[in-house]
Amino acid sequence: MGPHVMSASLPIPDRGAGQLTSSTKLGSVVPAATPRKRHSALVRVTHWITTVAFFALLVSGGEIVLSHPRFYWGETGNVNMRPWLNLHLPSSRDTVPTGYGYVLPDQNGWSRYLHFQAAWLAVGTGLLYGLFGVITGHFRRNLFPAASELSSKELGGSLVRHLRFERPGREEAWSYNVLQRLTYLLVVFVLFPLMIWTGLAMSMGFTSAFPLTVQLLGGQQTARTLHFLMTIALVLFLLVHLVMVFVAGFRDRMRAMITGRALTDRGKL
Amino acid sequence: MSISNISRRKFVTTGLAVAAGASGIAVAAKVARQHGLIPPDAGVLYGPGETLTYAAQRLLTRHSKAREFSSSEISKNPFANEVDPLGDEFKRLQAVNFVDWRVTVDGMAARPASFSLAEIRSFPCSMQITMIGCEEGWTYIAEWAGVPLSYILDRVGALPQARYLVYRSIQPDWWESIDMADALHPQTLLVHRMNGNELPVPFGGPLRLRVPRQLGYKNVKYITRLTLTDNLKSFGKGLGGANPDGGYAWYAGI
Repeated sequence: MGPHVMSASLPIPDRGAGQLTSSTKLGSVVPAATPRKRHSALVRVTHWITTVAFFALLVSGGEIVLSHPRFYWGETGNVNMRPWLNLHLPSSRDTVPTGYGYVLPDQNGWSRYLHFQAAWLAVGTGLLYGLFGVITGHFRRNLFPAASELSSKELGGSLVRHLRFERPGREEAWSYNVLQRLTYLLVVFVLFPLMIWTGLAMSMGFTSAFPLTVQLLGGQQTARTLHFLMTIALVLFLLVHLVMVFVAGFRDRMRAMITGRALTDRGKL
Repeated sequence: MSISNISRRKFVTTGLAVAAGASGIAVAAKVARQHGLIPPDAGVLYGPGETLTYAAQRLLTRHSKAREFSSSEISKNPFANEVDPLGDEFKRLQAVNFVDWRVTVDGMAARPASFSLAEIRSFPCSMQITMIGCEEGWTYIAEWAGVPLSYILDRVGALPQARYLVYRSIQPDWWESIDMADALHPQTLLVHRMNGNELPVPFGGPLRLRVPRQLGYKNVKYITRLTLTDNLKSFGKGLGGANPDGGYAWYAGI
């Protein structure tokens, strides 16, 4: 899989030749088949920039929703129309009939400013990551599952291990399992692009130049509703992602995504 | 290769990359300023995002038209939204059916003028069925009719140095501005009719500026004054509108 990068100053025992006996000094070896870093610097940097942008988008998006916590399908929707989904939340506008006896303070000024600034950050980071992923083979090597992994037996086994919250073995600290690969592919290549698409389809400036982007979705309010539903999908992903980080070992996984170092199969960093 | 060689090379390439990046941004900013791609609120906390959005949309949408709809798509239940209570001056004008309503056009114009509502209604009329969207997220579609703003600007002889149009409501704290790309856009209308009737007061009657590629708060109701300028610094806090002064983005095409 990965390049066989070895530490030049240390003797590397041949793992296949059975030299790893009790007399071998385990403290002075690095396994031959592991790359130097669990995650490349670009993956680590783009991961954390995306984290910051995602939280900025989530908070500001939530504030914007509070000024009209109702969703519709088609082109139009307003308080004179029946919503498809009413969140029954208090609103920052007294024109929205919520049933609550109070109105929240208006936060849309900074929320909209921050939402689009964070969106630019997320899109720029995403493009950098995408370019990098193609050029370095990160997608091919680390995200696309092998054909053998896609059998129902393999998938089922992986699913059962996840549902049992089994702590993954040390070998999994250096690669993604098949469910991880499929989930990350879904997030990177489906959810994030759809998020950007549905976001732009709400912009009347953007759709004046690219009307098909909103027509294909079925209307401006449909774009807004889909944008909200995909936010929920991304938040669910985030929750599962965090739970899995804790199951696999919070310190190990955080260290790997911050410094790039991970435990080898001999338990060394 | 020794460690010091690696770090020296890394130091040099990093330094070059930073220098190239910094000068690249400086050149981009200069070109953007020359082409009018820097919004008046570029200096606020969220100025970088606002500038990227405005510049990108201006490059992509300078001449594009807002989506138009068929008459069957006109909303049966449009929502007027609320406005601050209308003052005594408005009520006095409303009592005589707005016959004394006037719109002053001044600033960078060869022939500044003041038009009565009757004159504006006699000007060439353009009709559009377009969507109005609020920054809160709701929308409706209506048929709007009125005089293209470009006709009025042509009539008063807008000077070529003019870069923005500042427009004011009879409401003392409601004014906004747009760039000349939007001011001269064929769909930007001084609207006096909606869905075949005189524009109702809750929707901005007797006169509302329709900028269909931007959100509701740029579509100012009860228009009384249009001012051409090359600089927004002397208006309010210098951010280009009452809403930007209150923390909202000046450009509302998104």
